Amino acid sequence: MLIKICPDGFDPWQEIQAYQQNALTELIGKIGATSVFVGTMRDFNEGDQVKGMTLEHYPGMTEKQLAKIVAEAQSQWQILDALIVHRVGAILPDEAIVLVAVWSSHRGEAFDASRNIMEALKSKAPFWKKEQLDSDQERWVSKNTDGYTTC
Amino acid sequence: MIMSIKVRYFASLKDRVGRAEQTIDSLGLSTVRSVWHVANPDETLPDNILAAVNMDYVDLDSPVKEGDEVAFFPPVTGG
Repeated sequence: MLIKICPDGFDPWQEIQAYQQNALTELIGKIGATSVFVGTMRDFNEGDQVKGMTLEHYPGMTEKQLAKIVAEAQSQWQILDALIVHRVGAILPDEAIVLVAVWSSHRGEAFDASRNIMEALKSKAPFWKKEQLDSDQERWVSKNTDGYTTC
Repeated sequence: MIMSIKVRYFASLKDRVGRAEQTIDSLGLSTVRSVWHVANPDETLPDNILAAVNMDYVDLDSPVKEGDEVAFFPPVTGG
């Protein structure tokens, strides 16, 4: 399991490839499913154009809470490993904010655990977004969008 | 001997109280709620506030002790 907080930009696909090559070699042959979620920055929110964002976090508590979230997922699902990468600091539209990757023997465990980790991250990991609008106004994001679609 | 509590604020709450952290005397402080009131005598406790002691989430009526780090912040919006 690896949790990374990145003050600079990251490529989620390179992060996955590097982690698989460096940390998962002992799991070759055991992995049957990899579930990946990548969150990227939009250039719009709540009807306004957004040109940039600053992500604040609580160093120490963020890593502690993310480790607890992964541990809870490991106790609930048979997952082989997990990788979380989250950006902090100044960020621009189309850049990656978060990566959650989960490896398991079967797709059900990988899908369910990665979804659970991502939703828990959204509600428990201490990060906060401050948006810079095209109008140069700044505002704190006060709530997350719903992670579940309604039909 | 430590006789203080470190209080930290994040995001919009940091802007609202006008500081990122402060140290207060722990004498007579029993709960997280009392830490807020001593640290911010002129500010009401926001309804949706979250609190942590030593980087774990706690209820506002949870106990505190000298040497603790108490943090207050708004709902989180990462990911």
